[in-house]
Amino acid sequence: MLPPIRKKSTGWRLFLRTIAGRAYPRVIGQQREKSWMFFEIFLPLLSVAAYVFVYRAIHAPEEYVGFVVVGGAMTAFWMNVLWSMSSQLYWEKETGNLALYIISPAHMMAVLLGMALGGMLATTIRAVVIILIGSLLFQVSYAVSSFASLLLVFILCMTALYGMGMMSASLFLLLSREAWHIANLAQEPIYLASGFYFPIKNFHFWVAAAASIIPLTLGLDAMRQLVFPSGASLGFLSVPIEVGVLVVLSVVFLTGARVLLAHMERLAIQEGRLTEARR
Amino acid sequence: MSVIKSSLDNLFSSIGWRSFRMAAWLGWKIESNWTDPFLFAIYSIIKPLAASAILVVMYSVITNGDFSSPIFPYIYLGNAFYQYVGSVMTGVSWAVIDDREHYRTLKYIYIAPVHIPVYLLGRGVARFITGTFSVIITILFGVLFLKVPLDPLLINWPLFLVSLLVGVIMLALIGLVLAGVTLMTAQHTFMIGDAVAGSLFLFSGAIFPLEVLPAWLRPVGFAMPITYWLELLRRSLVGSVAEAFPTLARFTNLQLLAILVGLSLVFGVLSSVIFRWLDHIARERGMIDQTTNY
Repeated sequence: MLPPIRKKSTGWRLFLRTIAGRAYPRVIGQQREKSWMFFEIFLPLLSVAAYVFVYRAIHAPEEYVGFVVVGGAMTAFWMNVLWSMSSQLYWEKETGNLALYIISPAHMMAVLLGMALGGMLATTIRAVVIILIGSLLFQVSYAVSSFASLLLVFILCMTALYGMGMMSASLFLLLSREAWHIANLAQEPIYLASGFYFPIKNFHFWVAAAASIIPLTLGLDAMRQLVFPSGASLGFLSVPIEVGVLVVLSVVFLTGARVLLAHMERLAIQEGRLTEARR
Repeated sequence: MSVIKSSLDNLFSSIGWRSFRMAAWLGWKIESNWTDPFLFAIYSIIKPLAASAILVVMYSVITNGDFSSPIFPYIYLGNAFYQYVGSVMTGVSWAVIDDREHYRTLKYIYIAPVHIPVYLLGRGVARFITGTFSVIITILFGVLFLKVPLDPLLINWPLFLVSLLVGVIMLALIGLVLAGVTLMTAQHTFMIGDAVAGSLFLFSGAIFPLEVLPAWLRPVGFAMPITYWLELLRRSLVGSVAEAFPTLARFTNLQLLAILVGLSLVFGVLSSVIFRWLDHIARERGMIDQTTNY
């Protein structure tokens, strides 16, 4: 027989414990499954190298090599948001965990935040390793104009990005097998639109502006401006404007996630979709 | 005549053929029935075009849109056909995750009268078909809008078809190795076939001539059958453009085909041995019905 719960967690304490509880398997699970080191660091690094050599084959200026290394590292975050945030609730539904989340007294927003924080931590390690090795291999030189601005941009970019992931996770709550395909479809078009491997300034203004709805677009553009000597001349908007837009996106996506999650959860319960598994 | 007929009857009633046929049919149903045909068509168009557009924009940014340079069709066609690498390898290897973790039927398939390696190869057929749509769409887009110099009357069709067939079989066999590896690993946030395809992009000369690589890395490219396969496809489609690049200029088409067939045979034997070995370990460790999710 299980021991009785002596000290019940409620309110903020429960919220925080849920975040820690959901982040835990993300961080620890990855340490137990060592194969990710090979598949999520070494293989993407080779992919980054391929784009570097394309630029060298067409005699591009050397700073583009740095753009590819930074962009390649940031793909890890997009992949994480796409597969481990957006489509995660669909996967939890398939494995039967979603109903357990709903039954438990834990807040779903805390579950999503836990997934986000756990995923972000593990992905940051991956991205840092890719940048370090990529920079050493291709002798990328950085000239950081402001570490404080760089940190601010990164934090805002991650907040907006994972907020977006949380919002789309609630939308995916209603989806079934198509969720997997939609996530799959959102890979390459976002690599293209967000300028992972080239400055988005090369797009028409309105195309770049539309692409800025994805937080990585402006986050990446601002980071490039802050770390490369020629970055500012290739930037889409000035860094302060991009920071302002990222703040707005963070607020919109986090609020949207909260509202949509409540709505979608209610809808999913009403329509009986929480335990559905359309194989 | 009756000998041929009885041989064919034996073949079509064999466990291997039935495993392949049913797996191909099952794979197609899974790949195509998740949505209506309209959305499926859009999905099939956007994904490959976006992937190619990344390279087109990169090239265009640096060269100010000089699409008449010979390096452009080299990059574009190499990238277009490289989509088969990801599709076929993922099709074969992802079936393990699909059946083990999503449908949770892998253990039932293992205990049924099914030849597992052939079943996995059959599951790759659907991805080959969707991959073919992607390749055709990408090439059509290149010809119509980006001046890729492709003339149907000048294409060496026999060389193209033979190279394509040998290459796809070779890719499926590499996919089998990845399927074996997948039996031993957890589900990750990506598909192993696509991840490996992305990494082999570097060595295969798909999007840049191997001369661009550091000299110590080039032997990896020369040891890979994909390098020769892509060269043969390019030569069959745009012969003069492809032959202008020095990487494999010293080889005739026939020599390249012989190398491709030879390397494919080597990879075929290796993949069979490696898959059996990994499959044995997975059974021994009870990994056939594991589910992983964090």
